Amino acid sequence: MSAAEEVVTEGQAVEAVPKRAMTLGTGTSLAVLVLLLAVPLFAKNFVVFQMTMLLIYGVAVLALNILTGGSGQFSLGQSAFYAIGAYCAAILIEQYNVNYALTIPIAGVLCFAVGFLFGQPALRLSGIYLALATFALAVAMPQLLKLNFLEPWTGGVQGQVVDKPDAPFGLPIGQDTWLYYFTLVITVAIYILSVNLLRSRSGRAMMSIRDNEIAASAMGVNVALYKTLAFGVSAGITGVAGALGAIAVQFVAPDSYTYALAIQLFLGMVVGGVGWLPGSFIGAAFIIFVPNIAESVSKGLSGAVFGVLLFLVIFLVPHGARQIAIASQQLAARFKR
Amino acid sequence: MELFINQIVSGISTGAIYACIGLAIVMIYQAIDHLNFAQGEMATFSTFISWQLMQWGMPYWWAFVITIAFSFVGGIALERVLFRPLAKAPILTNVAGFIALFSIINSCSGLIWDFTIKQFPTPFGDAPFLGSQLISTHQAGMIGVTVLMLIGLYLFFTYTRIGLAMRAAAALPESARLVGINTSWMIALGWGMAAGIGSIAGILIAPVVFLEPNMMLGVLVYGFAAAVLGGLTSPLGAVVGGFLVGIVENLCGTYIPGAGNELKLPIALALIVCVLIVKPAGLLGRPIIKRV
Repeated sequence: MSAAEEVVTEGQAVEAVPKRAMTLGTGTSLAVLVLLLAVPLFAKNFVVFQMTMLLIYGVAVLALNILTGGSGQFSLGQSAFYAIGAYCAAILIEQYNVNYALTIPIAGVLCFAVGFLFGQPALRLSGIYLALATFALAVAMPQLLKLNFLEPWTGGVQGQVVDKPDAPFGLPIGQDTWLYYFTLVITVAIYILSVNLLRSRSGRAMMSIRDNEIAASAMGVNVALYKTLAFGVSAGITGVAGALGAIAVQFVAPDSYTYALAIQLFLGMVVGGVGWLPGSFIGAAFIIFVPNIAESVSKGLSGAVFGVLLFLVIFLVPHGARQIAIASQQLAARFKR
Repeated sequence: MELFINQIVSGISTGAIYACIGLAIVMIYQAIDHLNFAQGEMATFSTFISWQLMQWGMPYWWAFVITIAFSFVGGIALERVLFRPLAKAPILTNVAGFIALFSIINSCSGLIWDFTIKQFPTPFGDAPFLGSQLISTHQAGMIGVTVLMLIGLYLFFTYTRIGLAMRAAAALPESARLVGINTSWMIALGWGMAAGIGSIAGILIAPVVFLEPNMMLGVLVYGFAAAVLGGLTSPLGAVVGGFLVGIVENLCGTYIPGAGNELKLPIALALIVCVLIVKPAGLLGRPIIKRV
């Protein structure tokens, strides 16, 4: 230890999650899917809308999870990519009469490109410095959307109204229900793609960078490429979520996409369990429903109630919902024996 | 040219605010290795307490001292009760804890003292300082106190046993424990000091930005930027960073056409990111060398 004062033993920012522990079992996944399919049959329209938002936020949290849980990079700027996706969809639908279903892949590709480019300078930064850089992006985005010369497209401060699509082929279901199923299909597709991505060679490369960057590069992993790729993929998926969100809420405005949204997505990831993909949706449920619960407990102190509930969650399960899943799996295994 | 100098002077006076907050952020970062998002709300709460004490008729400096003492104890209590149990939890969980604390304190000070804007007295007066229209005696006093605080901290960390122990606990916890330093209490002490410094910063800036529960929200972003720009390992860096952010922000608002008030913050942040790309550990920060 001759150079002791120069050695800083730094804690791992993101704990290592083996890739097999990143998903649910097939049986559980199918059960959850059946449950999600059945929701509109017995729920009111407003609940269906809330479930749609849950799926959308779930996708956005999932995107952050790929970035942070997968490649170990931290971002507080996801709201910016969400905003780009939302505005892309809104502008294409309202001003160029593009079919709403087509706007979603376009938003995804656009955000992938933006994220990939943003990932280039972000390569130089890590940890808290990367957090600040992405946070700067999140702070800047609403201001940029308000710029005067963009107003013909963005609608400026007032934002823009987006039409809600009808069910196609004369299906006898309401707009909300159709949108729910539409979102569900995209969510499932993105979920499967993400799981496969993390199981693939690229996913393993990202995880090796997360666990030990130097060892990864010694093994021949192109660190710069996979780090920026993770940024791009994460931004692309967030963009898809943003586009879906714009269609579901039927409205885009700069102030819906402040850094508060990025912080919410971050909380969703922590509550769901960093690096555990199904947890993204549990985290999304937390950030959608818990503020409502807090509001109903006490109007004046809703923020405090929310904070206390959040503290309770992280005290009981510091590793998020993943910890519950692992514990119940071990319990089930013990009963089998 | 006169406009340029005027803008720099007024940048320095807003920069002093950012420097104060940045200093508090660096303090706690040194002690616990995390950025505390609730720092601003803690400072606001302390400022409210001193306001309340003054409303009850206490003289300014008494309220000042009692508030600092209260914040110091409060900071230690928060660490002992809420964050000590999380010491083994992942870092990101700790960050979520800061956000929860932020939400709780913000909501509580809103409920106790409501959201109306309150005047806050200044001990330095509001006359123009040395005949300059841009900088008031209060702002000059604020800069003076920031500089004094910085010198005090420097002396504390360099020449006292406990300051040395705190630095050791932050830099190499295991080795510090081996030589008999109670690292866990050093962290608590760091929280207490950061809360105390935060309360000084809050009391100093309240006359400028006016007192309300969200007073620190905007300032905190700049404070973070200042701390990161200067380098999170260097208290001096935080102060230099604070003044730089203030100056850059003011110059951006004046000279870049169409920037105005709305785009000041994004442009300042973008510039900081550019600086960080060239110097990833901040201007005065020490690059962290990792053993592999």
